[in-house]
Amino acid sequence: MIVAESKPLTEVANLIDNAKKVLIVGCSGCVTVCMSGGQKEVGILASKLRLLRKKEGNPLETVEVTLTRQCDPEYVETLKKYVTDDIDVIISMACGVGVQFLAERYNKWVVPGLNTKFAGGTTEHGVWEERCGLCGECILYKTGGICPIIRCSKSLLNGPCGGSQEGKCEINSEIPCAWQLIYDRMQALGRLDLLMEIQPPKDWSKSRDGGLRKVVREDVKLDE
Amino acid sequence: MNNSKMQQLLSQGKFLVTGEIGPPKHANPERIIKHATELKDYVDAINLTDNQTAVVRLSSIAASVHVLQAGVEPIMQMTVRDRNRIALQSDLLGAYSLGIRNVLCLSGDHQSFGNHPMAKNVHDVDSIQLIQIVKNLRDKKIFSCGEELKGQEPRFFIGAAANPFADPFEFRVLRLEKKINAGADFIQTQVVFDMERFEQFMAMVRKRGLHKEAYIIAGVMPLKSARAAKFMQQSVAGITVPEDIIKRMERADDPKQEGIAICVEQIKHLQKIEGVAGVHIMAVMWEDIIPTIVKEAGLHNR
Ligand code: SF4
Ligand code: SF4
Repeated sequence: MIVAESKPLTEVANLIDNAKKVLIVGCSGCVTVCMSGGQKEVGILASKLRLLRKKEGNPLETVEVTLTRQCDPEYVETLKKYVTDDIDVIISMACGVGVQFLAERYNKWVVPGLNTKFAGGTTEHGVWEERCGLCGECILYKTGGICPIIRCSKSLLNGPCGGSQEGKCEINSEIPCAWQLIYDRMQALGRLDLLMEIQPPKDWSKSRDGGLRKVVREDVKLDE
Repeated sequence: MNNSKMQQLLSQGKFLVTGEIGPPKHANPERIIKHATELKDYVDAINLTDNQTAVVRLSSIAASVHVLQAGVEPIMQMTVRDRNRIALQSDLLGAYSLGIRNVLCLSGDHQSFGNHPMAKNVHDVDSIQLIQIVKNLRDKKIFSCGEELKGQEPRFFIGAAANPFADPFEFRVLRLEKKINAGADFIQTQVVFDMERFEQFMAMVRKRGLHKEAYIIAGVMPLKSARAAKFMQQSVAGITVPEDIIKRMERADDPKQEGIAICVEQIKHLQKIEGVAGVHIMAVMWEDIIPTIVKEAGLHNR
């Protein structure tokens, strides 16, 4: 899933500036699962903002809606009835995709309520970890299912750098060295020979840096 | 075009001595030239670090040219942290045109160690891929994209690093082999303090015959104090310092003298290990001690 976390309250308060009425939009997808932008979090943000404004003597009116998915025009459309003229600002509590889908559809000032972090999953209750760098050409079959692109601090493709020590990455003893993990797993699976192949430079044109990427599936496209 | 002198010396079987200069954090080359001049008669070549520990410094290409002009052969270090394949190849062409003949291909310390921790790192290619790029430019006259290089190709003597003290230990020799397969002609190792582990590493290297395929130059570093020794042991990624060395430094009346003595002993020991083709003396911020060490190790006027 896409993992995100809330922006600090003061930052969000600044983003809406002097708005009198805001529409706070949650998403029932990834950000609900990672407990940052679902219905519950929308409610919490709304009441915190109202309280803050009340203390400042500048009351704020909030409208709270949570869509099934903000990354889907079909659901974004259902927001229409809430986007009334008196809404000054929309706060999207989805990932960056949701924020943009709302901004594309509605002629309103849309601001993000979250910081979108990464593609990852839960490793224990309350902990989410990155797993995929969305590089566009998956090479996990070369590395025993452990991603060196995002889990190695230097995205090395040919083995560990000289800083790997006692299973930890050189940058920080909290971060496991991806290449130690890969080595251990390949050894356990009897596939160390695979690591001796020299991996050529990666084709980053499949990754970011070329403007927005697009996937087109003729088989599922609706014919006009 | 003249070739790498260092390569010539190694091929003649000479036990090589290399030094290292860390370029300054400003635009005045005086100190580089001063150190190069001091070291001229004591080392065969000098490494010029490439923004080591990710701190912005005078570039390794420019520093290499200053060293060259001072009459010493430079080994230009090149990390893949800050440049993509376009910039790396461009700098290789430029460096060769300026007379630089040796390049050491490195991953580079992570930017979080340096003075710009908020920088975006590049890592478009890794150090092994860089070795391959330098080799293909030289031997196949092709760029990384496969396009033919028409005209003078850069004919570098290609170096790589090896760290026998990092983990996973068993993979260290395999990674060295990968670097040699990719095209490394010479190897400079991380600083050796733990001689036992280094001997173990070299035994594995010999078992795979790697010492015959590339020249292995062992790193050494004179310690200045017990505090420095402990710092190396605890805080520098990829370096291990055995307890007995720390104890020796703690007990010494004159720690600097003791540090030099340990370093000289280590060099003498390394000279006896089969497959070690030279020593690389890293005394960054203490460059002027290198002549003393070289003399005491009996490597002056070889
Ligand atoms: S190789 Fe690419 S697609 Fe596969 S997990 Fe890593 S970043 Fe994601
Ligand atoms: S220590 Fe491991 S994870 Fe960290 S940069 Fe080096 S190889 Fe990558």
